[in-house]
Amino acid sequence: MEEKVLNGSISKEAQAAMIRKERTANNAWHKFCRNKSAVVGLIIISLMILMGVLAPVLSPHDPNQINVLQTYLPPFSEGHILGTDDLGRDLLSRLLYGARMSIVVAIGATVLGGVVGILLGLISGYAGGVVDAVIMRIMDGMFAFPFILLSILLVTILGSGVFNVILAIGIGNVPRFARVVRSKVMVTKNEEFCNAERILGASSLRIMFSHILPNTVSEVVVYATLCVGSAIISEASLSFLGLGILIPTPSWGNILRGGRGCLTTAPHIATISGLLIFIAVIGFNLVGDGIRDVMDPKMKK
Amino acid sequence: MQKVILKRLLQLIPTLLVVITFTFAATRLIPGDPVAAMLGEQYDATKVDALREELGLNDPIPVQFGHYLVDILHGDFGDSYYFNTSAMNMIKARLPNTLMLSVTSLCIAILVGVFFGVISARRQSSILDYALTVISLFGVSAPVFWVAIMMVLLFSVNLGWLPSFGMVTIAQGGFVEFLRHIALPCACLAVIPMGTFMRITRSSMIDSLGSDSVRALRARGVSEKSIVWKHALKNALPPILTVVGMQFAGCFAGAVLTENIFSWPGMGTMISSAIDNRDYSLIQATVLVVALAFVIINLITDILYMVINPKVAIDAENGGM
Repeated sequence: MEEKVLNGSISKEAQAAMIRKERTANNAWHKFCRNKSAVVGLIIISLMILMGVLAPVLSPHDPNQINVLQTYLPPFSEGHILGTDDLGRDLLSRLLYGARMSIVVAIGATVLGGVVGILLGLISGYAGGVVDAVIMRIMDGMFAFPFILLSILLVTILGSGVFNVILAIGIGNVPRFARVVRSKVMVTKNEEFCNAERILGASSLRIMFSHILPNTVSEVVVYATLCVGSAIISEASLSFLGLGILIPTPSWGNILRGGRGCLTTAPHIATISGLLIFIAVIGFNLVGDGIRDVMDPKMKK
Repeated sequence: MQKVILKRLLQLIPTLLVVITFTFAATRLIPGDPVAAMLGEQYDATKVDALREELGLNDPIPVQFGHYLVDILHGDFGDSYYFNTSAMNMIKARLPNTLMLSVTSLCIAILVGVFFGVISARRQSSILDYALTVISLFGVSAPVFWVAIMMVLLFSVNLGWLPSFGMVTIAQGGFVEFLRHIALPCACLAVIPMGTFMRITRSSMIDSLGSDSVRALRARGVSEKSIVWKHALKNALPPILTVVGMQFAGCFAGAVLTENIFSWPGMGTMISSAIDNRDYSLIQATVLVVALAFVIINLITDILYMVINPKVAIDAENGGM
């Protein structure tokens, strides 16, 4: 923080501090890399993101181009590596665009649930007393709903569409983030450095945001990674039920829904789309576990 | 301990109130018109007004909430708009089937998961442990509806061993037919909680096998079998028990997704048809009933946990929780 620039060059102390900082970061990265399964997870996630980002470049066809003469083509057909669906649309192109949809929804829902949940957890844990009791009872109540049922209810009323699905899944994530952050805040707020800040006259807001919040980062990052994985499943579940992302917009969930209807004629549609969901979730779970091991070696067993 | 249980019961009241408020708010306060959603394509201005009046949606919000609360206290969870009957009756007819499915799956998941978790912990860092860890990771990551579809594809479409849909009670078709019909839905519902039980059992057993009490038992020459399955497992149980409630919730939610695939006549197929019919009052009632049931299940697990492990109750009495 205190980088003193003297005549354009950085002071020795600041240099040493920067090196130290770099070392801890390097150390964590090395630890993460030594965990083979975490690296596998990272590769899976990167590939998935690449698929989504590069969908327009990689897709051999327009994902919505209908060709009634070439329906239910099996994989490795000419011009359609993964075959086609009930309307003759290219499966590979649809899956690539579907990856994009899954990432947008899953990350959107995690960020939404994360921001609101972190704020509530921070306030609840820091304030304590009545505020804490009220917020946590509300969180308990929300927690009582089975995740998928809550999303179903919300999407039925909000209507389908990307934003509404993000909102529905995000709301379900709020109490989970709030709990994780709250328990960490309750421990941190009584530590020496917080007391010191208080004595120095720092405002509650300042203590909360610049001193306690950074201490919750490791928990939040681990939790958020696992959350993205479960959000991918939630989006797929909603779309699978015909609620989330509606056709013709491709999403892994609604491709799977389509594939379910033609299990005997074209089993590859359901198999491949579901397999992608499965692998993506494994990726996020592996990375989440990997980060947890790095951040909190006590948890590693 | 009674004091703690009483306190826990009192905490239940605000939680239940929040649950009810939330389902109420979800349908009345967020943007989107429930009446328009219910009418769907038959949208027609005169109908909308009539229906709004009938459902009491023109009353002020607090009045509506009062009505809602009073109705629920009387056991009236609203009517299914599509089937024109009380939602509670429909739920009552479907609930036992879903319960049968989810409880059986949960039992299988606990037995298999704990068994392999123990094996994994005993042979820590062996190839077997590694393989089981990978399997449990697959278990917790698999989308349940996809597992269901794959099982149908393999066992019904390709091998033709098991029927892919429907439910047969023992009275209707005998025990064998009953088993044949419940096998697939049960197996795929058990996959996810099985992974979780395996993971938790493994880490809890590793702790317990390394404890001093186990070392003492070994020194006294107690057989390894008895140490692992009797003493160490008993000490490893509390963390496993804490997740049973949540896993049950998971099984139940999973049933909502998979029943549809197997045409199992439970709450899940009811919800999917309610979705297709835009029968939002039925969805609302179902979600509320299930949420209320979960609050109570969690309460029971907490109390049971205290009975099994009195230390928790004592801690709670001394200011924790």
